Amino acid sequence: MSKKEMVTLTIDGKEVTVKKGTTILEAAREIDIDIPTLCFLKEINEVGNCRMCLVEIEGVKGFKASCVYPAEDGLVVRTNTKELIDTKRTILELLLSSHEKKCLTCVRSTNCRLQDLCRRFEIPDLEYEGEMPEADLDDSSNCIVRNTAKCILCRRCVNICKKVQGVSAINNLNRGFHSKVGVALNMGMRQSTCVGCGQCIIHCPVGALTEKSNVGSLREALADPSKHVVIQTAPAVRATIGEEFGMPIGSLVQGKMVAALRRLGFDKVFDTDLGADITIMEEATEFISRLNEGRDLPMITSCSSGWITFAEKFYPECLNHLSTTKSPMEILGTLIKTYYARKQGIDPKDIYSVALMPCSAKKAEIIRDELKLEDGIQAVDNVITTREMARMLKEANIDLAALDEEEYDAPLSVATGAGHIFGTTGGVMEAALRSVSYILDKTEIENVEFKNLRGTKGIKQAEINIAGKKHKIAISQGLANASKLLDQIKAGTSEYSFIEIMTCPGGCVNGGGQPIVDEYKASKIDVIGLRAKALYSADKKSKYRRSYQNPAVKDLYNDFLDSPNSKKAHKLLHTHYNKQEVYVEGK
Amino acid sequence: MKHCEGCEGCKIDKKLEDIKDKYKDVKGGIIGALHEVQDTYGYISTTAQKYLSKELNVPMSEIYGIITFYSRFSLTPKGKYNIQVCMGTACYVKGSEKVLNRFKEKLGIDEGQTTEDGKFSLEAVRCIGACGLAPAIVINKEVYGKMDVKKVDELIEEYTKK
Repeated sequence: MSKKEMVTLTIDGKEVTVKKGTTILEAAREIDIDIPTLCFLKEINEVGNCRMCLVEIEGVKGFKASCVYPAEDGLVVRTNTKELIDTKRTILELLLSSHEKKCLTCVRSTNCRLQDLCRRFEIPDLEYEGEMPEADLDDSSNCIVRNTAKCILCRRCVNICKKVQGVSAINNLNRGFHSKVGVALNMGMRQSTCVGCGQCIIHCPVGALTEKSNVGSLREALADPSKHVVIQTAPAVRATIGEEFGMPIGSLVQGKMVAALRRLGFDKVFDTDLGADITIMEEATEFISRLNEGRDLPMITSCSSGWITFAEKFYPECLNHLSTTKSPMEILGTLIKTYYARKQGIDPKDIYSVALMPCSAKKAEIIRDELKLEDGIQAVDNVITTREMARMLKEANIDLAALDEEEYDAPLSVATGAGHIFGTTGGVMEAALRSVSYILDKTEIENVEFKNLRGTKGIKQAEINIAGKKHKIAISQGLANASKLLDQIKAGTSEYSFIEIMTCPGGCVNGGGQPIVDEYKASKIDVIGLRAKALYSADKKSKYRRSYQNPAVKDLYNDFLDSPNSKKAHKLLHTHYNKQEVYVEGK
Repeated sequence: MKHCEGCEGCKIDKKLEDIKDKYKDVKGGIIGALHEVQDTYGYISTTAQKYLSKELNVPMSEIYGIITFYSRFSLTPKGKYNIQVCMGTACYVKGSEKVLNRFKEKLGIDEGQTTEDGKFSLEAVRCIGACGLAPAIVINKEVYGKMDVKKVDELIEEYTKK
């Protein structure tokens, strides 16, 4: 970097040199000055509307919003004068005047940016007691609950939904006192373009957006002796749930998590990662037959629930490109109510099947008609997010961090490293490529680590060799990126054979059901990278790293499923997709 | 929200198609298109919103955000006579709230609504620039100044007979 492109300024008496174009807020963060913010979200919501980041700049009239004011050479900035602090206290008081303030019963209590700032600025008695705007409580979605009584109109949700996901389900509506974040035509989230990904939840600084809680019915089931209650755990949860118990970001807690779930009363604890291994067997086989028949290419992965809804709502003409293989959760859920039930001699109707997921969209996936088993029963009865489960464990006095490690229960316990990495962007593709050649012609590839498929670039591309032929593949994260690949397919210009699409940026490690990391903290550490690293380390430690080597997979095909893509496998492990209409009243 | 079946604004007709064609390739054209729809039909129907969303490639949430932000746009058909009561500072101080309330009471509608016979609709608007006549109202394009409760009753009677 040449000197010309750098600027030096002084913030609170301290000099800092930053790249030209850096904002004052970010310059301050480089020297660990945490200027308070509520609305700021790097590159997504840099709008300067909450006014909490105001600073004083020598020679500049009035206070300026540091999140949008570029650093210039020689600026002298102060962030903590009495006038600034008093001003911010007033801003907070005004925000509170139209805020619901039910902190004691709020799910975000102790992890709320507004609450945190109120403590920091020692808000005295609430001075402004006035009219409250009409509250809009929208629980029409199966995934997300919206409560405008807690909303501070920061627009983070609006812009993450629009810019990162390209979904634009919500927007600022009305004006003045009646301003709110809402859905077009004043409908519910269910009728909107929402895909349930929950990126709005994990970026909400307060408790205005939360997952639809399914904890109550799980408590009932666990207390009911006539129910056989089993749980499966998604790949990404083992890399994150420790955070809720004070462990550092990136802690791998598979064994502790299994122990905790057993303490909570689950009859069996199974591993979704085995479902992921089966997904690979089915999907890789499906890919090979599509290659041979030259149909419906590129094939696109179908594990990510939000992505399926996105395809059904935005790209119905591309549905034939989606792999028909069910998601790992649904595959394991199906095996629980068929294979496992039969093996144990339990009526599938007496099994209450729970899935611990990093995801809010999965809550809608389990009720899809297309996924119902014989007699119309659901393969999975309840989806609980990482956050919900952490709360359940805490209320049951279970400190996950303090427990000794335990193993998953047979017969759905053994998973490979390929299954573990499903929880991160590029992981499904890498897992598939470890098995494709073997499934095709029994070729064992030597190097199982596809480092060029890793990392958090929006769209990754690579060229791979299958049976002596080169194929282009692509991996995308965040649905706005997926749109670029889908537009190519629609235009007939796609040059890829195989595409992995994950809904959330970074994949499931950053899913909408994951622990919420404060924006300032997240600006200092690579949250997604550390969580992904935990999964790659689990992979590295695994006895088996290729799905076809998994003895549990072999047993399942030998005893029950015949072979990948067999008639039976098709009946149980594959599904189909349908166009979804949006903004239809009463739907 | 009220939806109407089969009325002019709810159909995709030639006029709506023309508006779409005019703004299809215009950057930020949605505002212009909404203005024309408003002027043509007196409101912006759900059908028109969905049509423009698809054709101009603008999310529904954005269109709805624009319509609900600007008081110029309306989601329901306006009445034959649209009454706008000025709530600007001067009119407000001179008692425009009493005038507005009298209209609400006599017509049995709230602001933003239309009477069932489609004759009157009522709006509270920002300063119309007739402060010297405060409190002032506008019915369609006709301005009436120095309003009071009695004058409200007289005007309603006059327009009902029209």
